[in-house]
Amino acid sequence: MNTENFETVIVESDLLILGGGMASCGAAYEASHWAKKHNLKVTVVDKAAMERSGAVAMGLSAINLYLGLAKGKNTVEDYVSYVKNDLMGIARADLVANIARHVDSSVHLFEKWGLPIWKDEEGNYVNEGRWQIMIHGESYKNIVSEAAKSALKELGENGKYYERIFITEPIMEGERCIGAAGFSVRENKFYIFKAKAVLDVMGGAVHVFRPGSVGEGMGRSWYPPFNSGASAYFTMKSGAEMTCQEVRFVPIRFKDSYGPVGAWFLLFKAKAVNAKGEDYMVTRADELQKWGPYGQAKPTPANLRNYLMLKEVEEGNGPIYMKTDDAIRELAANIPDEKEAKRKLKELETEAWEDFLDMTISQALNWASHNIMPEETPSEISACEPYFISSHSGASGAWVSGPADLAPEGYHWGYGNMTTVKGLFAAGDASGASSHKFSSGSFTEGRISGKSAIAFIVDNPDLPEISAEKIEELKANILRPLQTFEQHKDYANDVDVNPNFIKPKMFMFRLQKIMDEYAGGAAVGFKTSKALLEKGLEYLKFMKEDSEKLAASDLNELMRCWENVHRMWQAESHIRTILFREETRWPGYYFRTDFPAINEDWEVFTNCKWDPETGDWKMIKREVH
Amino acid sequence: MFVLHLKKIYAMPSFVINSKCDGCKGQDKTACQYICPNDLMVLDKEKNKAYNRAVDMCWECYSCVKICPTQAIEVRGYADFMPLGGVVQPMRSSDSIMWSVKFRNKMIKRFKFPIRTSPEGSIVPDAGFETETDDLKSQLLRTEPGSLGTNLYEG
Repeated sequence: MNTENFETVIVESDLLILGGGMASCGAAYEASHWAKKHNLKVTVVDKAAMERSGAVAMGLSAINLYLGLAKGKNTVEDYVSYVKNDLMGIARADLVANIARHVDSSVHLFEKWGLPIWKDEEGNYVNEGRWQIMIHGESYKNIVSEAAKSALKELGENGKYYERIFITEPIMEGERCIGAAGFSVRENKFYIFKAKAVLDVMGGAVHVFRPGSVGEGMGRSWYPPFNSGASAYFTMKSGAEMTCQEVRFVPIRFKDSYGPVGAWFLLFKAKAVNAKGEDYMVTRADELQKWGPYGQAKPTPANLRNYLMLKEVEEGNGPIYMKTDDAIRELAANIPDEKEAKRKLKELETEAWEDFLDMTISQALNWASHNIMPEETPSEISACEPYFISSHSGASGAWVSGPADLAPEGYHWGYGNMTTVKGLFAAGDASGASSHKFSSGSFTEGRISGKSAIAFIVDNPDLPEISAEKIEELKANILRPLQTFEQHKDYANDVDVNPNFIKPKMFMFRLQKIMDEYAGGAAVGFKTSKALLEKGLEYLKFMKEDSEKLAASDLNELMRCWENVHRMWQAESHIRTILFREETRWPGYYFRTDFPAINEDWEVFTNCKWDPETGDWKMIKREVH
Repeated sequence: MFVLHLKKIYAMPSFVINSKCDGCKGQDKTACQYICPNDLMVLDKEKNKAYNRAVDMCWECYSCVKICPTQAIEVRGYADFMPLGGVVQPMRSSDSIMWSVKFRNKMIKRFKFPIRTSPEGSIVPDAGFETETDDLKSQLLRTEPGSLGTNLYEG
């Protein structure tokens, strides 16, 4: 494809929101309100269509963060302590508390907007676990996106939504972020968005590690394959300090289709056992004592539960089963009346299927194709490949300012959720060290950031210029894979095999192989060491050089090229940070065989920063308050 | 070269039934093209049929299945690990969704769940809550404290 006929479109805004998921919707919702009062423009740019954009595209069966503050069910302190324990001490209490104190407001809005939330006889929300409430959430994202779009419409001409535009590069003026560059994935248009403040809410990173299935099932990742590391790339490239880049998340899920386990463990009280029927949480309880105070925390941190299960697998005690059959039988057994017990059984069966149909339809299809009825047959569970998702039980993302009234010294620099780069904000999977925000918390953090970014714009009303020369440079770089393909495609008889370039798919496979084998992927039982990590970095260096030769035959492939460059950057920061932290703190996420124990001296944030001037990485320790 | 081989097969795990797809005629893009969060659905303009261009990047999220106006899209489970014969098919209306689950052994189960309590397009962003402050530096967000139902926590 020739790039000469690409039109350059320049869009000016006050606030630029990048992404279309839950955090983006929260930001658009909130920012529109404050922008209207100050006559400011808000522009949202999304690579998909907001109705089904982001990780909630398929829907959800639960909202995993709701405190019930008004009814005195929990306190903000309770939640902060839970999150800190789950992350083995490494969390920003100010950020977690800030999300927790506002999140109920978001959930109450969702309900008013039309989200069906399960209620008991007294009209209270039905809890799945302490922090989780059950929903009929097939249309969760449709509802939330409608609210975000309605809020943008209240701004009239000042509220704009662009869909199917892929953002890849930050635009900087000195130390300040003043916009973003990207392209339409549907027509030959190159886009420059100029803004006074930019909010990065482009999701987490999937497919950095080799997934469990590599044929057509490759797309069945647990988190969606379209979360491809754009957030982390954007903040890293702008020179922002990153935190917790080592804190990946390895979910334990129903095997292969990656169906959720939350409802089974929390709502149905199911147990997971090895092939001999042993509950490893009981038989291996002693192992927990090796992991500092966190091993004794209740509930047991997710990564330690993983670790005990991984031990079973390592010793050949698999398959591991979720005892769905026992759980349902026991729940129905407590009902003496036979008719009532039958009704209850039917209700539980429906709830079990809805759990999958609302959020992981493929798991329902998996049950159907294996003739599995959960009330009769247990299902296999297994560890998935690692993901980068700070909204769940991982923590990687940008190091952001805390709220003025909660952040201790060193955690606050003027505007809540601003990164260390002036004018650049981050939320959802883009901001780090504030795990367990989930859908409702990501939306809420988007709201917090949206308001905060408007405050920044009011204080910094100048709109810096971008030179024509800079625009041409960005355009040539971003469209280069198209040019590379055009230039060399006739050399060989195969459009994908050519010594002059590499196509994005094989590039991704190479990245996944490096990460899986050297950075502690599933294939090696999540184990790694200095020697392996350094070897991995060596191979990544070749990849970085080859990334200059990525080639794309069309706009879709151009998007895939950049998605994989984003993944590569996520991968490099991950390896560098694992290498820097000389201990094993989250043994069920990754295990440093050369430093096999938790070490108090490393009860710190391990941050990193890429320098746009020199291209060097700097590793930084930050205190945990 | 399974990669090369794969991409020549049209349309699985989500696949388009040729006889039912009319290419959303008259529209500037098909409904499945509009909705796919991973930009996988494409219209073959010669045949006037939509197809999934990269089945191995499909999340099986069913967004295309749910939105298709002619019910022309179904999902055949990933062949990597699913035996043939299972079918899960939704019928989504404005307030509920009906699922038909067909097992490999031909057993059929049906489930119906609510999806929305308000009419589509009816959302009022503030939902009747007032925002107490005009102060950009205040920690209160839009609709608070009303939507919170209590005072804002101050640590």
